Amino acid sequence: MAIVSKGFTGKRRGNESRTPPGQYLTDDFPVLSAGPTPQVHTERWQFSIVTEMGDKRQWNWNEMLALPAEKPTVDIHCVTKWSKLDTTWRGVSLDTLLSDVDTTATHVMAHGFDGYTTNLPLDELRQGKAWLAYEFDGKPLHPEHGGPARLLVPNLYFWKSAKWVEKLTLLVRDEPGFWERNGYHDYGDPWQEQRYQGD
Amino acid sequence: MARTEVSGRLKWRVATLTDKRAETSTATTLTFEVDEWPGHKPGQHVDLRLTAEDGYSAQRSYSMATPADGNKVVLTIQTVNDGEVSPYLTEMLEVGDRIELRGPIGGWFVWDASNPAPVLLLAGGSGIVPLMAMVRARVRGERRTPFRLIYSIRSSEELMYGSELRMLPGGIDVSYRYTRRAPDGYRGRVGRLTPRDLVEDGWPADFAPACFVCGPTGFVEAAADMLVADGHLPPRIKTERFGPTGTA
Ligand SMILES: Cc1cc2nc3c(=O)[nH]c(=O)nc-3n(C[C@H](O)[C@H](O)[C@H](O)COP(=O)(O)OP(=O)(O)OC[C@H]3O[C@@H](n4cnc5c(N)ncnc54)[C@H](O)[C@@H]3O)c2cc1C
Repeated sequence: MAIVSKGFTGKRRGNESRTPPGQYLTDDFPVLSAGPTPQVHTERWQFSIVTEMGDKRQWNWNEMLALPAEKPTVDIHCVTKWSKLDTTWRGVSLDTLLSDVDTTATHVMAHGFDGYTTNLPLDELRQGKAWLAYEFDGKPLHPEHGGPARLLVPNLYFWKSAKWVEKLTLLVRDEPGFWERNGYHDYGDPWQEQRYQGD
Repeated sequence: MARTEVSGRLKWRVATLTDKRAETSTATTLTFEVDEWPGHKPGQHVDLRLTAEDGYSAQRSYSMATPADGNKVVLTIQTVNDGEVSPYLTEMLEVGDRIELRGPIGGWFVWDASNPAPVLLLAGGSGIVPLMAMVRARVRGERRTPFRLIYSIRSSEELMYGSELRMLPGGIDVSYRYTRRAPDGYRGRVGRLTPRDLVEDGWPADFAPACFVCGPTGFVEAAADMLVADGHLPPRIKTERFGPTGTA
C-alpha cells in the first residue's frame, strides 16, 4: 500500500491517456548522458549493422541521407520521469536499414561514438517502430541531443534511443548495455514502468 | 562488469523524516531513517515517491548528500518554485512523516575510493549534492586522495554546506565562482566558469584526474566541453545533469 502524503495533490501535468504512469509532461527537452557531448563530424560519420555471423552493412553520411526518409511525430518518455508529446523528427526507418540484412537475431546492441551501449529487442526496431533520426523539429539534430544522428525508439524509455549512434550489433541472446549493467531495465517499456532491473 | 549495483527488485521502502534543516534560504537538508537500507556509494541517488489521496503519484530523483551510514539517507533539496515535488518536500513534509523511496540508483556517477587518481569536482548550484557525498567520503576515508572542487553559484546566498567546506582538511581544495554577485571582499571575477578557471583551480589533464561534473544542463555541457578542450579524456569525465535545459 502506498503511503499517502497528506496535503499532496500534485500538479498533474500529465495527460492521462498519453503519458505512461509516473511520467509528467514537459515542453523543455532535458539532456541526459553519462559524459561530455562528443562532436561527431558528418564527413567522418558512418553507421553500420553487424550481424551475428559478422556480416556488415555500412553507410556514410551521404549514403544515409540518400535513403528514403520518414517524418515521424512521436511521444517520447525518459526514465527520469518527463515525457514530451508530438515531437517531430526526420530519419530513416530501421526497416529500411535492416531490409536486406539476413539474420535470426532476437536482440540488438546499439553502440555510440562515445562508447555508450544499450540493448534492445530486435522486434522493437521493426515494423515502423524505430528510426535513425537526424533532424529534430525541422533542424539538424543538435549534438546535445545525439546529433548528427541518433536512434529513435519511442516505445521504450529514451535511454534506449542511443545518441551519436555508430553501430548496431545483432545478438542471438540478450546482453546488458551501459545503463543496464548499472541497474537499469533490459527492456524498458514505459507503460510497464520498467525502469530498473527487476521492475 | 558484474551487475551488483542493484540486486533483485529495487523495492519501495518506507522512509521516516528524522531531521530537517535549512541549508540556504531555498534549499533544505532532509535526513530520513529508511527500513533496511542496503547502503550506497557516493554519487548515487534515490527515487522518491509522493502519493495523493486519490492515488495519483509523482516521483523524482535526489542524490544522497552523505556517504553510507547505517539506515540514514540524507538529501539536500533545492525548492523549485512552481515545482510539483520539491516544494512539498521542503515546505510541507515534517519530522515524523513517512514517504516512499527506493534505491540506491546509478552505478556510474560514483567515486570509487580505491581509485588513486586525483579528483576534480565541478559543481553548479544544487549539483554540489552528490559531489559533497564524495568530499565527505574522502574526509572519512583512510586514503588522502587529492581533491579539488570548483563550486559555481549565483551568489553566496546559494552556498550550501558553507561552514563545512571552509573547515576541510588539507588535500581538499575548494574554489568558488560567483556568476551574478560576489560576496564583500571577494577579489575574483564575477561570471560563469571559464577555461582559465579550470587551469587555475583544476588539475592538468596530464595528471589524469577523475572528473565529476554535476548541475543544471547548461553548466554541465559547458564545463564538460571545457574539460575535453583542455585535454581531459571523455572516459574520465562523468556527468550528471539535473533538471531542464532552459532552451527547447
Ligand atoms: C539523478 C538526479 C539527481 C538529482 N538530485 C537532486 C538533488 O540532490 N537535489 C535537488 O534539489 N534536485 C535534484 N535533482 C532534480 C530533481 O529530481 C527535480 O527535478 C527537482 O527537484 C524539481 O522537481 P519538482 O517536482 O519540484 O519540479 P517540476 O514540477 O518537475 O518542475 C517545475 C518546473 O521547474 C523546472 N525544473 C525542474 N527541475 C529543475 C531544477 N533542478 N532546477 C531548476 N528548474 C527545474 C521544470 O522545467 C519545470 O518548468 C536530481 C535530478 C536527477 C535526474
